[in-house]
Amino acid sequence: MTNITSFSNITRSEGDPKVLRSGPSSRGVPDSLAKGLGWFSLGLGLTELLAPGRITRALGMEGKEALVRVYGAREIGSGILSLSVDKNVGLWSRVAGDGLDIATVLTALRPDNPKRGNVAIALALLVGITAVDLIDAQTSTARHSRAVGRKRSYRDRSGFPRGVQASRGAARDFKTPSDLRHAPALAAVSKKTTAA
Amino acid sequence: MRALVWHGKEDIRCDTVSDPEIEDGRDVIVKVTSCAICGSDLHLFHNFIPAMLPGDVLGHETMGEVVETGRGLNGKVKKGDRVVVPFTIVCGECDQCKRGYFSVCQRSNRKKHLADKVFGHTTAGLFGYSHLTGGYPGGQAEYLRVPFADATVQKVPEGIPDEKLLFLSDIFPTGWQAAVQADIQPTDTVAIWGCGPVGQMTIRSAILLGAEQVIAIDHLPERLEMAEAGGAITINFDEENVVERLNELTGGEGPEKCIDCIGMESHVTPSLPDTVYDRAKQILLAESDRPHVLREMIYVCRPGGLISIPGVYGGLVDKIPMGAAMNKGLTFRMGQTHVQRWTGDLLRRIEEEQIDPSFVITHEVPLDQGPEMYRTFRDKQDSCIKVVLKP
Repeated sequence: MTNITSFSNITRSEGDPKVLRSGPSSRGVPDSLAKGLGWFSLGLGLTELLAPGRITRALGMEGKEALVRVYGAREIGSGILSLSVDKNVGLWSRVAGDGLDIATVLTALRPDNPKRGNVAIALALLVGITAVDLIDAQTSTARHSRAVGRKRSYRDRSGFPRGVQASRGAARDFKTPSDLRHAPALAAVSKKTTAA
Repeated sequence: MRALVWHGKEDIRCDTVSDPEIEDGRDVIVKVTSCAICGSDLHLFHNFIPAMLPGDVLGHETMGEVVETGRGLNGKVKKGDRVVVPFTIVCGECDQCKRGYFSVCQRSNRKKHLADKVFGHTTAGLFGYSHLTGGYPGGQAEYLRVPFADATVQKVPEGIPDEKLLFLSDIFPTGWQAAVQADIQPTDTVAIWGCGPVGQMTIRSAILLGAEQVIAIDHLPERLEMAEAGGAITINFDEENVVERLNELTGGEGPEKCIDCIGMESHVTPSLPDTVYDRAKQILLAESDRPHVLREMIYVCRPGGLISIPGVYGGLVDKIPMGAAMNKGLTFRMGQTHVQRWTGDLLRRIEEEQIDPSFVITHEVPLDQGPEMYRTFRDKQDSCIKVVLKP
């Protein structure tokens, strides 16, 4: 039982059930990982947005601060999506973003860049995180795919023991309560008009 | 006991929890024999309904046997009674209950102050549906405490299987009220958006009430197939333009009655740009609900027609074409179901075999498989339409 679950018990009455022991979650490993990656995206995105200069200096990419800010905004978007119920879209957007990041950082792997060592480390990290993103995007997509399970036919499920035709209007004995009546049927209005 | 407990977004667990206890003379404890996952439980699963707290027990479609009673029931509900537990908790004594507007009972929401703040005035207490509606523990559990039991529960006879009776707790009366409040006439075309469990019950109700033409709209083949089996003409919105097809089926006039069995989570697809817009706003917390179906209904409904909304909405919607609604003179009827208003009559219809609501069950599993089934139901896997859980 988590602290927050325990804390929420203050809102419950004496006779309400309270959690004693927790069972396995409906959230699987890919879902939990997506959540972690989502928060990571938000953190990285905010850093890129707020302190792009530190990143460009560390990588010897001075002058690219505007681009880093744009990437930061992209990263925040991916983070929000990864934390939402549309996590698969978020995860695949992370994979695409990883590709962009790698391509951009590769341009800094020049022999004349004094921060080449940092660039190599950044690239190694990027390749690692891309692998994690790719695996999670694939497993999460597979886990939540509609294709899982059998395709069944419900052609025989009318719900009417006497068949559909015999059931049409079978509840006409029901009188709509006065508070739920709508405009009169065309026939009723026509009759009144004729009578008048 | 074991119960399905909400721990956060997409995080439901089968936990061991303490047993519920009698708190008031009108309470009973029900030993649950069957319960179900409702489409509206998915709004909780997605954390779209505010005021859920970790540790809340879920479930509002429940039936079972009374095993303990309070002292103030005067024999109206007794130990051993077999009961269906409607999702709305009702006192049976307030002005709203006396009018039959049970879902807006003035006394059963024990967290009335919250509902007063959010909705302006309180609505009824509901089982397992957030602290806005009382924070009552739900019935996806081995035992359930039912407050105001003498007014709330529906006694049911022995000899009819749970599967035929369980849906008196919610989806059958909900589909029935959706059709009844549309005041269906024998000349009416009734268009129903969404072929989930409530949509399926609405289709059957519209057929029983004698609609000339029932049209069902969805995009999942198995749901459309079940809708067709129930007597509906179907429209697959992935393959056809809904507005064009509805106009075609009604000689260009539009359906007289439109029923929204979707609610706040309209399907998001790039071919319907407003759904993408709604989803983006929802993610940015600028809109809580996705009302594509409402927009489409207002646009296609015949002038002077009626829009019935059993689908659950939770908060704020955007870009509703009120100009079209006003100028076309549309009538809107909506609300949580006044379950107790309909259960007696519907029980009779089940007993007379006018309808067998068990047709909608596609999965029946033990309670501890509940967390996994939430996901299966949400992801529409294994042709899942309705899950029944056996504690």
